[in-house]
Amino acid sequence: MVRNEYTVLIGGQAGDGIKQAGNAIARLFNRLGYWIFVYEDYPSLIRGGHNFAVIRAAPQRIIAHKDKVDVLIALNQDTIAQHTRRLSPDSLVIFDSSAVKAQGLAVPMGEMVKSKNLPPIVRNTAALAVLGAVTGADFSIVEDVIRSATKRSVEENIAVAKEAYAQAGGEHNHLHVPVLDNPPKPLLNGNEAIALGAVKGGMRLHVAYPMTPSSPILHYLAAQADRLNITTIHPESEIAVIGIAQGAAYAGVRSMVATSGGGFALMVEHFSLAGQAEIPTVVVLGQRPGPSTGLPTYTDQADLFFALYAGHGEFPRVVVAPGDAEQAFELTAEAMNLAWKFQSPVILLSDKELGESTFSTVLDENVAAVKEPPLWDGGGEYKRYALTDDGVSPLAFPGDPRATVKSNSYEHDEMGITTEESPLVIQAREKRLRKGRAIEAEIRNREAVRTYGNPESDIVLVTWGSTKGPVVEVAENLGLKVVQPLYLQPLPVWELEKHLGTTRPPGEPAARPYEPPRKVIAVEVNSTGRLCTWLRYHGHRVDESILKYDGRPFAVDELEEKVKGVLQ
Amino acid sequence: MSMTVDSLKTYAVNTWCPGCGNFGIERGIKQVFADLVNEGSVKKENIVILSGIGCHAKMVDYIAVNSFYSLHGRVVAPATGIKVANPELTVVGFAGDGDAYGEGLEHLIFAAKRNVNITMMIHNNRVYGLTTGQYTPTSPKGFAGRSTPKGSLEEPMNPIELMLASGASFVARAFPLQLEPMKSVMKQAILHRGFALVDILQPCFTFYNTYQFYRPRVFDLQQAGHDPSDWEAAMQRAREWNYTDADDSKIALGVFYRAEKPAFDESLLGERRLLALSSPALGGVLETHI
Repeated sequence: MVRNEYTVLIGGQAGDGIKQAGNAIARLFNRLGYWIFVYEDYPSLIRGGHNFAVIRAAPQRIIAHKDKVDVLIALNQDTIAQHTRRLSPDSLVIFDSSAVKAQGLAVPMGEMVKSKNLPPIVRNTAALAVLGAVTGADFSIVEDVIRSATKRSVEENIAVAKEAYAQAGGEHNHLHVPVLDNPPKPLLNGNEAIALGAVKGGMRLHVAYPMTPSSPILHYLAAQADRLNITTIHPESEIAVIGIAQGAAYAGVRSMVATSGGGFALMVEHFSLAGQAEIPTVVVLGQRPGPSTGLPTYTDQADLFFALYAGHGEFPRVVVAPGDAEQAFELTAEAMNLAWKFQSPVILLSDKELGESTFSTVLDENVAAVKEPPLWDGGGEYKRYALTDDGVSPLAFPGDPRATVKSNSYEHDEMGITTEESPLVIQAREKRLRKGRAIEAEIRNREAVRTYGNPESDIVLVTWGSTKGPVVEVAENLGLKVVQPLYLQPLPVWELEKHLGTTRPPGEPAARPYEPPRKVIAVEVNSTGRLCTWLRYHGHRVDESILKYDGRPFAVDELEEKVKGVLQ
Repeated sequence: MSMTVDSLKTYAVNTWCPGCGNFGIERGIKQVFADLVNEGSVKKENIVILSGIGCHAKMVDYIAVNSFYSLHGRVVAPATGIKVANPELTVVGFAGDGDAYGEGLEHLIFAAKRNVNITMMIHNNRVYGLTTGQYTPTSPKGFAGRSTPKGSLEEPMNPIELMLASGASFVARAFPLQLEPMKSVMKQAILHRGFALVDILQPCFTFYNTYQFYRPRVFDLQQAGHDPSDWEAAMQRAREWNYTDADDSKIALGVFYRAEKPAFDESLLGERRLLALSSPALGGVLETHI
């Protein structure tokens, strides 16, 4: 069978280093000139269980995985049992014959590693080398991958790879993967893209408490802190996390926190403080299935309304939802700039699928540049909450001999002194309302909605966040149009109505009427259609919802069947 | 020209009850700030004060320096962030006993554990004032407050003992009616390199008037020959009074313990400073992802 793209699944138990193996396989195809997407699937445990990674490589940009696989690599018997359903007649099974009974390419990876007195995790390297041989890649490429991806015992790993590569060569060379004329690209998961976007947006302090799926942001930034000239803190709780971040922001340092739903629940009182005290606060909310502990290591898009409404009282906020690593990079930098320009809370709504999946990226560092916030010019007496037309008060920071900077969680006057006087309360609340309108005006001037697929199609798939990946590919296959709002608060209705039809309050004529499409289908990973509900709240019509709520993202082939079903 | 205490006044109208122990604390800290500025130890613009929520918290409205009116129980967290953001700043947090010893106790313990270079002044009136009279973590057992009309069932917490056990490098107690000793303790706490806690026995004139109880029972630790570098002795002194209302209570004031050890912010930052806005080129980092 002639293939032009390849899906490899490698599976084993927790502790086998499946994630690292997936990364190494991605690096192999990256060097062969392919675009990569890697999906990681693992349960919430340290040893045992079943972990797998799906590595998809294609000649064109891809941002989703497929259900069917071309190569299955089994490091344990469970992998064969769980994934045989994904095989087609011409799929290849590679397995560690020291541990697994199966039909296919048997390589005694366990024995190879054991004979060299190396730990079992080095079986990964053997598997990579066998795959390398099967693809037809030169051994030098396999060696280069090992050198780039392995931190310890590099030479020992290469020795194992040589042996495995030799055993798998010759007649087993099934795949004949052509080497493409594309330079390898940085492979980033969404969490890494968020971390780097934040740094480009001026973040100097990252504060976080470990919680899947966002802890990798902390791990990555902590490991890269010296290179990126930043600092990270892991304090006692999520409450301390956001309090420390807000203290730093008050003192003039761009900070960011990252967590998941349970951690954000603990942060919410401080989130509201960001509204009242007008402290730039950037929260990465990486969704996973709830309620409560839920499915800690899986994905979901059920926290949209939590992000939209978290916090007591009324205050402006921004909620932004990137759909892939490149969008995550740019929008995190923008989240940082928006939080500082408007001294408001900004939620970057991510999920496990975006955060932990790996993408080939082409990053534009100029797009994600730091922008100066409105700073006090030093004239007159400094008023932290000075009244302005757009509700934005210029910033000064402690340490400035000209200014006394008073930040306040109580309702306050322009100086930041507590007040309960009716006119001053109204004045302060209207200031914040003006700021909300200024934020909306700002979002109107930027790309707030992305469209993909066939612009002429009168069938629209509307989606958000990581689900964009499979939806875009399905739409391209079926000739449909995709609409992805990047901002969910303020919801860019002015842009959405161009694609979904005009919305207006009853009895109010539309200034620019737009014809609605024939059918609007919302696609989301949750059980109640959160985006669908939010669109309808704003008057948009949604005809159908395609939902998935087992904690797993849509695979392209899986979603394509579902969309076809709805269109029948 | 020296800075006057008067220049630290704001236009905010003071709303503490007549006779409130907070007046003494406010007077003391303003004098300490003026002294520190006038003797050149601290620049006025580098002072940042924080408060939780409660009667004590109005302090930030009444003192004309940089301030952060935070949340109930949470003073320590933003104080830590401020210090890390700009180590030049002198960060002094004010909190109540319900605030620091109740709602946000974990932050206090961790601040002591990591020895972050901030000072916490605890207005320990052993009652919730602003919410009109409930028992707190340091109220004596049997305290009949509005939430415990038949008397609280819990033994009081001893914050001095707790802070010593948590690794605090400066632990002291003060009484606002003894203004000069309180000022001396406050000043030492602020100048201490590392985490400093001052437990201030602040009578609440309206809900728990302890003036007459404390006055004859307090004594000065240093005059009693206590060596603040001796942790065991400090622990022993801390245990002499367990925040009960026993007639024979002997209540030590002054510095229980003081130690030199690395401050969290110094160890964390080294030479790095975070204030400058930057947007580094990522080329070198992205290479590692290929």
